Amino acid sequence: MTQALNQTLLARATAKLGPQVSLVLGLLVLAILVAMPLLHLLPAEHTLHISAYSLTLVGKILCYAIVALALDLVWGYAGLLSLGHGLFFALGGYAMGMYLMRQSAGDGLPAFMSFLAWTELPWYWYGTSSFLWAMCLVVLAPGLLALVFGFFAFRSRIKGVYFSIMTQALTFAGMLLFYRNETGFGGNNGFTGFTRILGFDITATGTRAALFLATLVVLLGSLYLGFVLARSKFGRVLTALRDAENRLMFCGYDPRGYKLFIWVLSAVLCGLAGALYVPQVGIINPGEMSPTNSIEAAVWVALGGRGTLLGPLLGAGIVNGMKSWFTVAFPEYWLFALGALFILVTLFLPKGVVGLLRKEPTP
Amino acid sequence: MKTTPLAPTLLPAHLIPGAALDTGKTVGKGVNVRHGTLLTLEDINVSFDGFQALTDLTLYIGVGELRCIIGPNGAGKTTLMDVITGKTRPDSGTAYFGEQYDLTTMSEVQIAQAGIGRKFQKPTVFEALSVFENLELAQKANKSVWASLRARLSGEQKERIDEVLQTIRLEASRHRPAGLLSHGQKQFLEIGMLLMQEPHLLLLDEPVAGMTDAETEFTAELFKSLARQHALMVVEHDMGFVGSIADHVSVLHQGRVLAEGSLEQVQNDERVIEVYLGR
Ligand SMILES: Nc1ncnc2c1ncn2[C@@H]1O[C@H](COP(=O)(O)OP(=O)(O)OP(=O)(O)O)[C@@H](O)[C@H]1O
Ligand SMILES: [Mg+2]
Repeated sequence: MTQALNQTLLARATAKLGPQVSLVLGLLVLAILVAMPLLHLLPAEHTLHISAYSLTLVGKILCYAIVALALDLVWGYAGLLSLGHGLFFALGGYAMGMYLMRQSAGDGLPAFMSFLAWTELPWYWYGTSSFLWAMCLVVLAPGLLALVFGFFAFRSRIKGVYFSIMTQALTFAGMLLFYRNETGFGGNNGFTGFTRILGFDITATGTRAALFLATLVVLLGSLYLGFVLARSKFGRVLTALRDAENRLMFCGYDPRGYKLFIWVLSAVLCGLAGALYVPQVGIINPGEMSPTNSIEAAVWVALGGRGTLLGPLLGAGIVNGMKSWFTVAFPEYWLFALGALFILVTLFLPKGVVGLLRKEPTP
Repeated sequence: MKTTPLAPTLLPAHLIPGAALDTGKTVGKGVNVRHGTLLTLEDINVSFDGFQALTDLTLYIGVGELRCIIGPNGAGKTTLMDVITGKTRPDSGTAYFGEQYDLTTMSEVQIAQAGIGRKFQKPTVFEALSVFENLELAQKANKSVWASLRARLSGEQKERIDEVLQTIRLEASRHRPAGLLSHGQKQFLEIGMLLMQEPHLLLLDEPVAGMTDAETEFTAELFKSLARQHALMVVEHDMGFVGSIADHVSVLHQGRVLAEGSLEQVQNDERVIEVYLGR
C-alpha cells in the first residue's frame, strides 16, 4: 500500500522533473557543441584542443541530424515514409560541390572535365563560380525535384508502401545517373580535392570551426521551424492526415497541398544539410545516393522517436556514434548491427528512445 | 448517463432552428434550392467489377428534411453515401446538390466545402489529437495551407467549440486524446465535428451503433433539433431509433429503393416484410 503510494509519488516527481532535466541536458549538449569549434582553435598541444578528426565527425553527425529532423517532418508528422531522402541530401551536396570545384579550378575547367577532354562547361555549370548562385542551387535542385515528384505522387494518391518504394527507386535512379561520366558530375569519383571556400583555405582551423558553427545554426533553425510548425494548426492538420486522411478530406481539407508543402520543405532542409556536409567531409560521390543511406536515415528517426522533434536528433547521434565506433572495431559487422538495432527498436521501442525517456506513469 | 430532453438553450446559437427556410431561395452561402429539393439523385448506377451495388436509384431530399434510410446489410446504403460525397463515381445518373452543384464532377474536398458533411459507419476521428483539436480542425474556416500556417483561434471560434463540446457532452474530456474515448463518445465527437463544419446536409452512417440506450435517446433529440436548419440523411438499423426521429423513411434493397413513406407505411409494405423476414 505505502509502497504503491511511494511509487506513484516517485513517478509524479520524475514526471515533473522530466522536462527540467531534459532542458538542462539539452542546454549542456548545446554548450558543448558551441565550445567544440572554439576549442579546435586552441593550439594543438593544448590539453583541451579538439582535433580536426573529432570536429569533422561531430559536424558530420550534425548534418545527419538535420536530415533526420527533415525526414521526421514528413514521416513522423505527415505519415509519408520517404526512403529517398539521401537523394535530396546528395543534390544539395553536389550543388555546393560544384562551387567548390570551380573555386579549386580557378579560371580553368574542373579537373575531371579536362580529364574527359571536355573543352566547355556544360550549361548547368554556368554561374556555379558564384557562391550565391550555388546556394540558390542548393535549395532549388532538391526543392524542384521534390515539387515535381510530390505533385504527381500526391495527385495520384500514392501512399504507404508504394510511396516509399517510389522514393527508393528515385534515389537509385539518381545514383545510376550520377555514376555516368557523361552526366557531368565526375562519375563515380564525384567531387573531391577542394581547396578554398569563399577565398578561405578549406582545411584551415578557422574555416572548419566556422563550417561547424554554420551547421549548428542551421540545425537549431530547423529545430525551431519544426517546433513552430508542430504547434501550428498546419501541424495538427498533418497529424490528422497521417491518422485519417479520408476524414480530413470530408472535413474540407485538400491533403495534396499540405503534403506537398511539408515534402518540399523537408527536401530543402536535406539539401542544406548536404551543402554543409560536403565542405566538412571534403568529398561527395554518387554513393551518397545509394538506397542504404536513405534507409539508414529512416532507422535514425525510428530509433530516436517518430513524431517528436528531439527524437530524430538523438537517433542520428546514437546510430552514427555507434557506427563510427563499429567501423573502427568490427567494420564488417556494421550492417548486421544496424539491422538488429532496427528490429529491436521496432519490437521493443515503438516510440523510440524518446518514448522510453518519456514513459509516463499509467494512471 | 442521464437523459434530459434537449432544451433549446442547451444548443449553440447556430443550431437553434431559426427562420424556417423558404423554398426557392438560397440556403446559406450559395446553395440554390428549387422546389425545396436540396439533394437530387436520379437513375444512379454503381457497379463494382460487375457487381451491381446501386441500380437506377432515385432519391430526393428536401431542405430541412430528416430522412432515414434503412435496409438489410449490403443493400447499398454506404455506397449511396459514397456517391453523394464523391468517394465513388456513379457509372451513370445525375446527382445534384441544390441546383448548381453537380456532385458527379466534384472532388470529395469540393463537396465537403460546398456543405455536405459525413459521419462514417466506423467512427473516424483524429485519434492522436485532443477532442478540442478535433473540433478545431473541423470548424468551418479557410482550409488552405497558408491559412492553416497562420491560423489563430479567435475568441468567437473558441466559444463555438465550447458550445459544441457542451452539445455533445464532452466538455470534461476536451483535452483527452480522441483515441482514448469510448466508442459512443467517438460517435458523438464525430457528430460534433460535423456540427463544426456547419454543413447544409448531414449524412450519418449508423450514428447510434455502439451507443447506450440513454445515448441513443439523446442522439434522437439532438437530430430532431438539427432538422429544419439542416437536412439530415440517417442510415440506421435500429428501428426504435428510426421510429423516434424520422418523418420519412426509404427502404433500400439490393441497390434499389424498395419503398418510401412513413415508418409505419413501409413496415406494413409486403415487399419490405418479405425482404426483412425472408433473410
Ligand atoms: N469498393 C467495393 N468493391 C466491391 N464491392 C463493394 C465495394 N463497396 C461495397 N461493395 C459491395 O456493395 C454492396 C453494398 O455495400 P454497402 O457497404 O453500401 O452496404 P450497406 O447497405 O452499407 O451495408 P451495411 O448495413 O452492412 O453497412 C455490398 O455487397 C458490398 O460488398
Ligand atoms: Mg454500410
